[in-house]
Formats: sequence, structure tokens, C-alpha cells
Amino acid sequence: MSSFSLTDYLRTRGWRHISIILFFVMMVAVIGGIYFATQKVEYVWRWYRIPQYFFYKDTTEIRSEIGGEVVSLVPKGDQVEVAIRGVDVEEVYPVPAHSLKVSKGDYIYPGDILGVYQKWKVGILLIGLWITLKVSIIAVLLGIVIGLFAGLARVSKNPALRWTAITYIELIRGSPLLVQIFIWYFVLGTMFNTLLARQGMSQLSPLWYGVAALAVFAGAYVAEIVRAGIQSIHRGQMEAARSLGMTYPQSMGYIILPQAFRRILPPLAGQFISLIKDSSLLGIIAVRELTKATREVVTTSLQPFELWFICAILYLILTFTLSMFVQYLERRTAIGG
Amino acid sequence: MVRAENVYKTFYTTHKIEALVDVSCQIDKGEVVVIIGPSGSGKSTLLRCLNMLEKADKGHIYIDGVDILDHKTNINKVREEMGMVFQSFNLFAHKTVMGNLTLAQTVVRKRSKREAAEKAMALLKKVGIPEKAGSYPDNLSGGQQQRVAIARALAMDPKVMLFDEPTSALDPEMIGEVLDVMKALAREGMTMVVVTHEMGFAREVADRVIFMDEGKVVEVGTPEHFFRDPTHDRTKLFLSQIL
Repeated sequence: MSSFSLTDYLRTRGWRHISIILFFVMMVAVIGGIYFATQKVEYVWRWYRIPQYFFYKDTTEIRSEIGGEVVSLVPKGDQVEVAIRGVDVEEVYPVPAHSLKVSKGDYIYPGDILGVYQKWKVGILLIGLWITLKVSIIAVLLGIVIGLFAGLARVSKNPALRWTAITYIELIRGSPLLVQIFIWYFVLGTMFNTLLARQGMSQLSPLWYGVAALAVFAGAYVAEIVRAGIQSIHRGQMEAARSLGMTYPQSMGYIILPQAFRRILPPLAGQFISLIKDSSLLGIIAVRELTKATREVVTTSLQPFELWFICAILYLILTFTLSMFVQYLERRTAIGG
Repeated sequence: MVRAENVYKTFYTTHKIEALVDVSCQIDKGEVVVIIGPSGSGKSTLLRCLNMLEKADKGHIYIDGVDILDHKTNINKVREEMGMVFQSFNLFAHKTVMGNLTLAQTVVRKRSKREAAEKAMALLKKVGIPEKAGSYPDNLSGGQQQRVAIARALAMDPKVMLFDEPTSALDPEMIGEVLDVMKALAREGMTMVVVTHEMGFAREVADRVIFMDEGKVVEVGTPEHFFRDPTHDRTKLFLSQIL
């Protein structure tokens, strides 16, 4: 048995423990500091007002459009059909049974309430989150397809393919995403929608131009990631495949890409996390995704502090889920695993 | 079987390298031909030109009577009939040994999975490592990897086997097991073109030896002629350096 001393403790596990404690102290200090500062500017935190932007109870009133007598109440399932007979008209209103406010023989004036009921509805923040998720998923899938083909074209020996890919990649990577979104919506979108209108077809919503902008933007970065992944696979793998009589596409599909895929997963995940965050720019072309939804709620509720924190946390949930999923894929595709 | 006529190949990297200069040679059916020479003499380039991993600049290369430098030739069809074994094995890292042996059989030869697996197993027995069928290449020794690579090439039932310094990347104690497989193959009458520094193998197995230097074929002859009484001074110098 060795005797315990402070120096032994510090030398073995002590500093680690102290560092962990230090981390939590710093976190609490930062959060506490922000709270203290908001108190100083007399900000009133009203967290209880936030849940209504996720779910809220919507009150619906059923009103009569005519005046007359309630002649019959016929139950049908959990509804009651209220029949009202006026001077020369009779109308029937279905009203949920529990919300019924009239009884047989009542005289009703036009605009009187026949029933009031409340229903849970999805709030604007949750709808915004859904739009962000939808835009991101479609753009990621399209981005993978575009990036894969552009990446393959980038390593092709054919100059037409290679130079096209280089031009695409350099153009996209060389200009700001915000400007690209404007071009997609205000230039390409205007042209395309006008052409559609001339053909008598319905117009595409801003959402789809936003998706296109994000997908084409991500595709350029994915193409470079794919190129680097392909080039990181030893030349001998391709030679061995070709020497067995496999064609170039067969060798790519069976030998090179499966090996490259594992290597490009981490940078690919980073790219798609960026894409989720970049989707916040789409508010600028009137796509009501999470950031735009938050901005709208802030202007009506005047609770910016809570709402922007909530907005950030919702993005964090999306990006963290994605990065967990990719880590799972990495483990799944490990050789010999 | 294999005939090269006046083949030229020049690489342009940092400077111009004339890897092959007017090379002609012929390998008949059932023959084992060993190509030797100092490093940089173009022997690997010649071998790689034979199945178009490098495209010769000029000349003609006939495989089974087909000119592979002709634009109309489907090189994939030609390569199906030629096995190649590399210095660095080049096994498919993401596939098991069995996967390495069956992939091209099913994809290129259109064999059923079962047929391919049976063929693969028979070949693994032949090269002496049937118990490694489920292993990944990274978990095999160099000698085992090279034997799998030979089996992979044989699975396609090639008419010619090309070996590009198959033992150069191996630890000395593993060279023997690979050479034994190659010798067995030679005894079965396989047409083989072997680039190697293993003079013992050349002496024992080769029907003919080609000596190359500076991109040219310097001397061709039987091993007896070659190792006892070479004609050219360059050959004598080379042999004196390595024997």
C-alpha cells in the first residue's frame, strides 16, 4: 500500500480533474455573464412564450350565414348537423358535438356562433425547420449526384469533360453563394418562369430555385472532394482492374469509387453541414425556412434573445444528427468491419 | 502468341526518357521467357506495353494475331486473355481474397457466383492458401498476397501470364513460396513473360532469356548460352555485377 499524497494525486489524475472542472466553470461563467448583461439592459426573458411557435391551439368559430330557427340537430359520428331554416332558405352546418353552442328551437341571427372549438396546429418555427430540412435533403441528394459526375469528369482524360468540370467548379467556387442565389432566382428564375408562363404552365416556387442554387453550389465542392478521393486511391488498383479485362466504368464502379467513398465521407459530411447552414440564406428569396421564420416571429413577438438562441439550437440539432449519421456510415464501411 | 515489332515508347516527364527503342521480340505458345536487365532498361515498360497499360508510340504488338495498337481492337477483350501480376500485388483492398478472385470472373466473364467461387477455391488450393478465402488483403503477408494475385489472374483462364517483378517487393523468406507457384505454372505449360531479378528462376525455368539495356534488346538466348557464354560485353558486365 502506498501512501496517498497531493503531489501523487496531481501527477496522476489531478490535472485532468482540475481541467474538467475548469471547463464547466468557464461554461457557467459565459452563460451567467450573458444573463447578467441582459439584466443590465433590462431584457425580460419570457421563455414561456416560445412553445406557441412550435405548437399552438387554434380557435375556430363556426358562424351561421343566415338568420332563422334551429329546426333539427342530427348527430353524425362526433359531429352534429345543425339545420337552420330562414325565410325562404334552409342551411345545414356540421359542428363538432362537444363545441355545440345552440339548441333546438333557438333563433339565430346571421353571424351568430353555432360552435367554438380549438385544434392543435403546427407553429411557424416548426414549419420553418421542416422547410430547412426539406431543402437541405433535396439539395444534398442532388449535390451528391452533380458532384459525383463533375468529379468523374474532372479526372477524365477527355478534355471536353475535364474542362467543362473545371469551368463549373471554378465559377461556382469563385463567387459568393448569396450572389448565386440571386442569379438563380432573379435571372434564371425570371427567364424560366416567363417561359413556363408562355407555355401556359404553372410557375416554379422560389423554393426550387433555392434548392437548385444550393445543390449546384455544393456539387462543385463535392466534385473536388470526389476528385481528391479518386486520386488518393493507388494507381495500381485501376491497373489491376483493367488488366483483368474490366472496362474503365467497371473499374471505377467496382474498385475505385467504393474505396474512395470511405475516404471522402468525413469531408463530405463537413460540406453537407455547411449546406444546411447555408440554406439560411434562402430567406432572401422569400423561402420561409428556419431563419426567415425566426425573423418573422422576432418582429411580431419582440423576443429576439430567446428566439435566436432557439433558432441556433434547431440548426445544431440538424447538423449534429447528420454528423452522427456519417460517423455511423464510417464505422459501417470500415474494411473488415 | 505474343509478338512485338519495332516498338518505341518515350516518356516526357521532367526530361525525355526513351524507354523503348526499336524493340522486337516474340514469345511462342507454352514458352517461358524471362526479361532481365538493369533498372531503367525498359523491361517493365515493354511488359506493360504488351497489355496496353502503357500505349506504345510506334510499332506493332500482336497478341494471338491481333494487333493491339490498332484503333479497332477492343483492348478489354485482349486483356481478358492475359493475366498480369504486379510488383506491388495491387489486390483490391476493400474486397476479401474470395472477392478479389471472383469479381472479374462474374463481371467480365459473366460466370455465375457459384461457378466463380468454385474456380476461386480450386485456385486458392493450388497456390496453397485456401484458408485465407475470407481474409482481407491487409491481413496477409506479402508472399500470400502475391499468391492471391497470381490466383486472381489465373481465375480468368488467361492464355498468357505477365509477371512484373513479382518478387521484388517481398521479404527474402517469402520469395520462395511465390517462385514455387510460378514454377508449377511453367511446368503446366503456361505461356509466361517474366520480368525479374531472380537469376535462379531464369536459369531453372526459362526457355529463353531476353537481356535489355537502355531501352534496347541487347541479347536473346537460352539460359545455358546466357549464363555460360554471353555474346555481348554489356551482358557480361551485368551478369558479373549481379551473380
